[in-house]
Amino acid sequence: MQSFIGKRALASAVSLVGLVILVFFLSRLTGDPTNLYLPLDATTEMREQFRELHGFNDPLVVQFGRYVGDLVRGDFGDSIRQARPAMEVVLQAFGWTLRLAVITMTLVAIAAVVIGSLAAFRVGGIFDRIATFFSLIGASAPDFWIAIVAIVVFAVNLHWLPTSGTGTALHWVLPVAVLFIRPFGLILQVVRGSMISVLSSAYVKTARAKGVRARPIIFVHALRNAMLPVITVIGDQAAAILNGAVVIETIFGFPGIGKLMIDSILLRDFSVVLAAIMVSALAIFVMNLLIDLAYAALDPRIRY
Amino acid sequence: MSDTRTLTEPKERGAASRWLKMLWVDKPAFCAALFLLIVVLCALFGPMLMGDMATRQNLRGRNAPPFDLAQGWAYVLGADALGRPLLARIAVAAQNTIMVAAGAVLGSAVIGCALGLVAGYSRKRAAQWIMRLGDVIMSFPSLLLAVIVLYMLEPSVANIVLVLAITRIPVYLRTTRAEVLEIRERMFVSAARVMGASDRRIVFRHILPVVLPTLVTIATLDFAFVMLAESSLSFLGIGIQAPEITWGLMVSQGRQYLTTAWWLSFWPGLAIILTTLSLNLLSNWLRIALDPAQRWRLEMGGRRNG
Repeated sequence: MQSFIGKRALASAVSLVGLVILVFFLSRLTGDPTNLYLPLDATTEMREQFRELHGFNDPLVVQFGRYVGDLVRGDFGDSIRQARPAMEVVLQAFGWTLRLAVITMTLVAIAAVVIGSLAAFRVGGIFDRIATFFSLIGASAPDFWIAIVAIVVFAVNLHWLPTSGTGTALHWVLPVAVLFIRPFGLILQVVRGSMISVLSSAYVKTARAKGVRARPIIFVHALRNAMLPVITVIGDQAAAILNGAVVIETIFGFPGIGKLMIDSILLRDFSVVLAAIMVSALAIFVMNLLIDLAYAALDPRIRY
Repeated sequence: MSDTRTLTEPKERGAASRWLKMLWVDKPAFCAALFLLIVVLCALFGPMLMGDMATRQNLRGRNAPPFDLAQGWAYVLGADALGRPLLARIAVAAQNTIMVAAGAVLGSAVIGCALGLVAGYSRKRAAQWIMRLGDVIMSFPSLLLAVIVLYMLEPSVANIVLVLAITRIPVYLRTTRAEVLEIRERMFVSAARVMGASDRRIVFRHILPVVLPTLVTIATLDFAFVMLAESSLSFLGIGIQAPEITWGLMVSQGRQYLTTAWWLSFWPGLAIILTTLSLNLLSNWLRIALDPAQRWRLEMGGRRNG
């Protein structure tokens, strides 16, 4: 077990190092942030001073060496835009995104598993057809379009919900609802497919022959074995939200890590971009580990 | 030789009509195929036929509401902020939308499949490296890659195709490799090897045809995914730039008129959703039609429990 985690950590660390190097040099190639931050009438000395202060005058390799040196001491650099430690900015935004991801994915998992299992029990039945139809639409919908249509309907015309921001619980309704749709459609399809194949296996037929009722068959006998592929997809979708639901966060003015990343790239706030990448990579590593542990918990044949 | 030709030709026609019959049995998939055909025709001929109409400004028709035929049939879906008819613009934008998605899917499928064949078939060090490369791409937040690359190079159709293609390679790479690993051990491959077939012949004549149906199904599904990704990028303003148009960009351009002229964003969004939905339906049908073990469901003529 420990050696398994160690091996996975090593592999992830290698690709993270590659990622950081790549992003460090690529992002610096996008240009010099000086003109973005100083007013148009700033003098040449002021610009020079700004560059000197943030170390943009040194050759790239020297800058990289300094960044790595700071990193070893646990210093992730400062955000130019907010004049705060980059890690502090990133962790704050990550907290918001983590909450959004946990709430959304919990709802998605419960809804998709229950509805998908019931749909699989009677393939081709009316419930199955309705569920399949809506899950297909959900999986095909562009979320930015759903988001702005939802804003027009529920916020502008009906005045039920706020358009953006994060004050009260009501502010969470629209972002969660819009983020819910696509993963729900995708996961429902996987649950249904996997459930159909499990329900046709011999041990389920035995249980039916013994006269076990439908609900225990679905949720006690079959569900556990049908969950393995489902968990994989749930993990993929959760990773996508953790990586930053950029579009949704932008539209709803949600202060999460996706919006932070895109703002930081556009404003060339390099330390924040790098810190954000490291935090989301770590989050995804932890989540993949949890998924592997869930495999082992569900299927005793799987050991690490 | 002429004999063989007369023998094979009716069979070919038979195959085409058999496929059509299988499509006809699955009504939703049939509608989807029909809709996609219209979209492809728009993409091919739209700019040629309606290019003028889609760019001519008409200030008297600014934000003209939909379903009003006073200004001509082109205005049936309304007009945008410069009075350009939305119907024509959607038809013209289909070209960029489809071209980007098709280019990205084709590129990633060909490269991913080729790498996957190598990674699955050869036991050399190279196979290991290919898989590591796939892992690295997978661990990279794809939208971030897109933003950085598009920000550095300028956002053009070719660059967007490139970025989207790179991020989708691992999907084909992993699928192909997994299938090849399994097929490689089957009897007919061993038989071919014993008979002295070269590696190249085994891979292309014996393994690839077995993998291909899976890849076609995935590619159809992926087409929808790539279309959504391109729309998101264009919506964020880092994809295709005006005056070029795509459906995603049209949604984003209409966003500022949302409260006064909802149709500016609504119709292009609907075009996206209908196209991706059709692709999903068609992919579901392909999965059954290309699987010899399940094809009977369609060949039985749609009778359930048949």
